[in-house]
Amino acid sequence: MGTLTAQDERSKISVRNLNFYYGRFHALKGVNLDIPEKKVTAFIGPSGCGKSTLLRTFNRMYELYPDQRAEGEIVLDGENLLASKKDVALIRARVGMVFQKPTPFPMSIYDNIAFGVRLFENLSATDMDERVEWALRKAALWGEVKDKLSQSGAGLSGGQQQRLCIARGIAIKPEVLLLDEPCSALDPISTGKIEELIAELKADYTVVIVTHNMQQAARVSDYTAYMYLGDLVEVGQTEQLFFKPRRKETEDYITGRFG
Amino acid sequence: MSGTGERLAMEALRMQERERIYAQRKRVNQIGLALSLAAMAFGIFWLLWILWETVRLGLGGLTWATLTQMTPPPNDAGGIANAIYGSFLMVTLATFVGTPIGIMAGIYLAEYDTKGWLGSLTRFVNDILLSAPSIVIGLFVYAVVVARFKGFSGWAGVIALALIVIPVVIRTTENMLSLVPAGLREAAYALGAPKWKVIMSITLRAARAGVVTGVLLAVARISGETAPLLFTALNNQFWTSSLSEPMSSLPVTIFKFAMSPYENWQQLAWAGVFLITAAVLGLNILARVLTRTKI
Repeated sequence: MGTLTAQDERSKISVRNLNFYYGRFHALKGVNLDIPEKKVTAFIGPSGCGKSTLLRTFNRMYELYPDQRAEGEIVLDGENLLASKKDVALIRARVGMVFQKPTPFPMSIYDNIAFGVRLFENLSATDMDERVEWALRKAALWGEVKDKLSQSGAGLSGGQQQRLCIARGIAIKPEVLLLDEPCSALDPISTGKIEELIAELKADYTVVIVTHNMQQAARVSDYTAYMYLGDLVEVGQTEQLFFKPRRKETEDYITGRFG
Repeated sequence: MSGTGERLAMEALRMQERERIYAQRKRVNQIGLALSLAAMAFGIFWLLWILWETVRLGLGGLTWATLTQMTPPPNDAGGIANAIYGSFLMVTLATFVGTPIGIMAGIYLAEYDTKGWLGSLTRFVNDILLSAPSIVIGLFVYAVVVARFKGFSGWAGVIALALIVIPVVIRTTENMLSLVPAGLREAAYALGAPKWKVIMSITLRAARAGVVTGVLLAVARISGETAPLLFTALNNQFWTSSLSEPMSSLPVTIFKFAMSPYENWQQLAWAGVFLITAAVLGLNILARVLTRTKI
């Protein structure tokens, strides 16, 4: 039902005829979509429309649950992830994810970052120190935690915890970063910091963000996809989608006449 | 005008009703609070009494000789050093044997087989084992080990105690692991961590305090178990560090001495009771201190 975005961008992820099932429930219905490289793409839509479900197929997170299943193609740089014979861990090292609720691991701030790095790289102590600092700086958290790296990540505020999770995600240098409503548990100031961060991240990463907040989508994204009941209704440049939606349903949603 | 008056009257009526319901709720609250305080007082009363008697009677009989000398014949001077050592050795070994098995089985149930038939079966069998009277376990080990090898031994005692440790640790490990939020696991998987790494570094770590508490509960339980040792390690009046021989233990010694008519034996039994209680209490405090740090 949905169609492609602008042709002039190189697409990092191409979704082709993707169907998704929770048991017998058909949650995504033939989704086609291109995620442009080094841009921010936002998924919007009412609760239960499938935007998080779609996001969770990009790193095959749904595989943790035996009754969930995806059919179709998700092509990352020419390789169909759904048919890939590679270990899913290698895919997840390329496609990072940050969740709705901050999830600091039960270890120090330093180890929260180093945990993921150690999975794929053997760094010397100095290199690891540098990597941790780099990731925390990138996530705009370094200044607040540099004196307490050995303290527990659980002791940080909600906004700091979420930035810690983002730092943890980028520390392993993925190519794509998936953000599943990363600000929904945060206050406006923390939200602002994370939005600034997203704007900076797109210089190096392809970012996909699911958000309930349309203003947020408008502020941070280059492309926006509107989903409804498992269908991709419309996708386009954010400005165009918000100001000149091509479809009536999209217009109704973004103007608040629906949802 | 009459409209305003009516409205005010209505308002007053609603206020009254609200106050009445609120007062009622407060009363119910007070009754509930009183009942729970009474329940707490009842529990604490017995607990403190037990502790008081233990300290009063146990501390009196506790001398240096109690800790260093062997169990004496009736009406002779002596101590319970061999029983202390036997208990310590068997409880420690049983814990080291039972804990890894229990934790691994708990991990299997919580992380690998939450809904499958093998998991359900294991859970069911474990529940039975958990509530099995310890004398049954003692007799079982008697039949399987003692009767077969033709002799009571410390090893048989260790096996019996380990069989009590395992179901307790399985149950608490599984429960504590299932309390770890799914989001934490997902976050670790999202970084590309393999399953064993997620379990070892994230979930088990998040559930650490609970798992340790489970192990300690098991230790506390076997420290006081008499029945499983009665048919397995039996007793020994002398010092032995060989687990192939019958071995003395605090609970069995207490059992034997407390039932005797000899004053000095009874005194030593109380000293033993005090030592077990103090050791379990100390272990609990230690565990709380160790698991308190939040990292």
